Amino acid sequence: MAYSNKVIDHYENPRNVGSFDKNDPDVGTGLVGAPACGDVMKLQLKIDDGGVIQDARFKTFGCGSAIASSSLVTEWVKGMSIDDAEKIQNSSIADELNLPPVKIHCSVLAEDAIKAAIADYRRKKGGPQAEKAS
Amino acid sequence: MALKLPIFMDYHSTTPVDPRVLEAMLPYFTTSFGNAASRNHSFGWTAEKAVDDAREQIGKLIGASGKELVFTSGATESNNLALKGAAHFYKDRGNHIITTQIEHKSVLDTCKRLELEGFEVTYLPVEADGQVRPEAVRAAMTDRTILVSVMLANNEIGTIQPLKEIGQIVKERGALLHSDAVQGIGKIPFDVSDVQADLVSLTAHKIYGPKGVGALYVRRKPRVRLEAQIDGGGHERGLRSGTLNVPGIVGFGKACEVAMQDMAVESARIAKLRDRLESRLMQALPHVFRNGSATHRLPGNANLSFAYVEGEGLLMALKDVAVSSGSACTSASLEPSYVLRALGIGEELAHTSIRYGLGRFTTEEEVDFVVKLTADKVQRLREMSPLWEMVQEGVDLKSIEWSAAH
Repeated sequence: MAYSNKVIDHYENPRNVGSFDKNDPDVGTGLVGAPACGDVMKLQLKIDDGGVIQDARFKTFGCGSAIASSSLVTEWVKGMSIDDAEKIQNSSIADELNLPPVKIHCSVLAEDAIKAAIADYRRKKGGPQAEKAS
Repeated sequence: MALKLPIFMDYHSTTPVDPRVLEAMLPYFTTSFGNAASRNHSFGWTAEKAVDDAREQIGKLIGASGKELVFTSGATESNNLALKGAAHFYKDRGNHIITTQIEHKSVLDTCKRLELEGFEVTYLPVEADGQVRPEAVRAAMTDRTILVSVMLANNEIGTIQPLKEIGQIVKERGALLHSDAVQGIGKIPFDVSDVQADLVSLTAHKIYGPKGVGALYVRRKPRVRLEAQIDGGGHERGLRSGTLNVPGIVGFGKACEVAMQDMAVESARIAKLRDRLESRLMQALPHVFRNGSATHRLPGNANLSFAYVEGEGLLMALKDVAVSSGSACTSASLEPSYVLRALGIGEELAHTSIRYGLGRFTTEEEVDFVVKLTADKVQRLREMSPLWEMVQEGVDLKSIEWSAAH
């Protein structure tokens, strides 16, 4: 399968690989996918009190498109409010990376990872939106 | 000598044409271009003679007479002709066929079509090492069983089947034995009489011959009958009409002659390189698992799972090396390899497998390069893998409630 140049760039020079302390109250962690399906993404967001994403880290078990999708969203979400980050749709990720139809599920997983990380953050903060998010 | 990249280590998929083979073929494209079916002039006679010589060369490799071979376009066609041809011809004797879960798709999908026609097919499971138990064949046989199809060696894991024992059981019950032998011939000794095979599928391009030419061995004593699948001019004793691919057949014959002459030395050399690859990778990296049998295995095969690193992601990192993966992502189906799943190794390990296929032109330098590259890339991808991180932290991955991705 031929990969787009953007997928290759993110795969060979992945942005923001790593981990934050998952017990940090300002960190939301999303873990989505399953080893049996061949894709697992862990996305962590460091969020300030104003609800703005200060930093992001990821680790991904998956194909090049899965790694690229998660690398891409760590770049996108930095500086975004969590409300805006939650609105990121998989189709924008797929378009940006020119993913072929068989790889669309990688972009879906990246979207899910953002939502899961934000939900985890809200749960930790126990704020008024915690119920909604879970 | 400088290493030439990319390195081809996918010899199960195909092989380059050996220069000796190419040389033998060339005259049959241009000067000796006759149609082997032209009985009335010297161009035809020359072509027919070349085809007959090739028949003998191919027959010799498998202990058969050249007269027992039907030329086809390749092993997919040979498998189709063997299974459909025998099932249709012998349908009055019974409607039951036995095969295994790890056959090539051209056997499995042909069996599925026969099921639609009313045949019953038993797909035997395999042991953890990929071998079919002969006793499982015995237990599956009924009075309605007309055909048993078991491959000589598997294309993914290289496991060699106990065909001799299976052949004995099949013959006791009076059924026919078919074997898809494409991965095994020319690499391990194989004799149609030794295993009591009635039908054997062969192809040229896995043994350094050209693509697009194969053959089906059809036993003459006792005579095995088939219903032809392609109608026309009645070539190949009416079993496969169509003008013979003379240069291809000449190349196939020469490839068999070379294989027969070099097999013992070559297989020993390749097995040694394979063992070097496997042992060095296992030394360099923890959590590497071999898929398939360690002992009953093709010399050039190493199918390894690198736990916590997804196979296609790894293939992308190994772009200077042509290998393949049992990972879902390399196929359109999103399902990991059915062969690996049949071994019961679990989908998560199936997703992390890489198949290395070594062959005639593989060198020690190439092996060492591939070991180093693989070890480096697996380490890099493990550093990026959330699963690896969890395992390092002592998390039992089975205790996690994973969300279903698809």
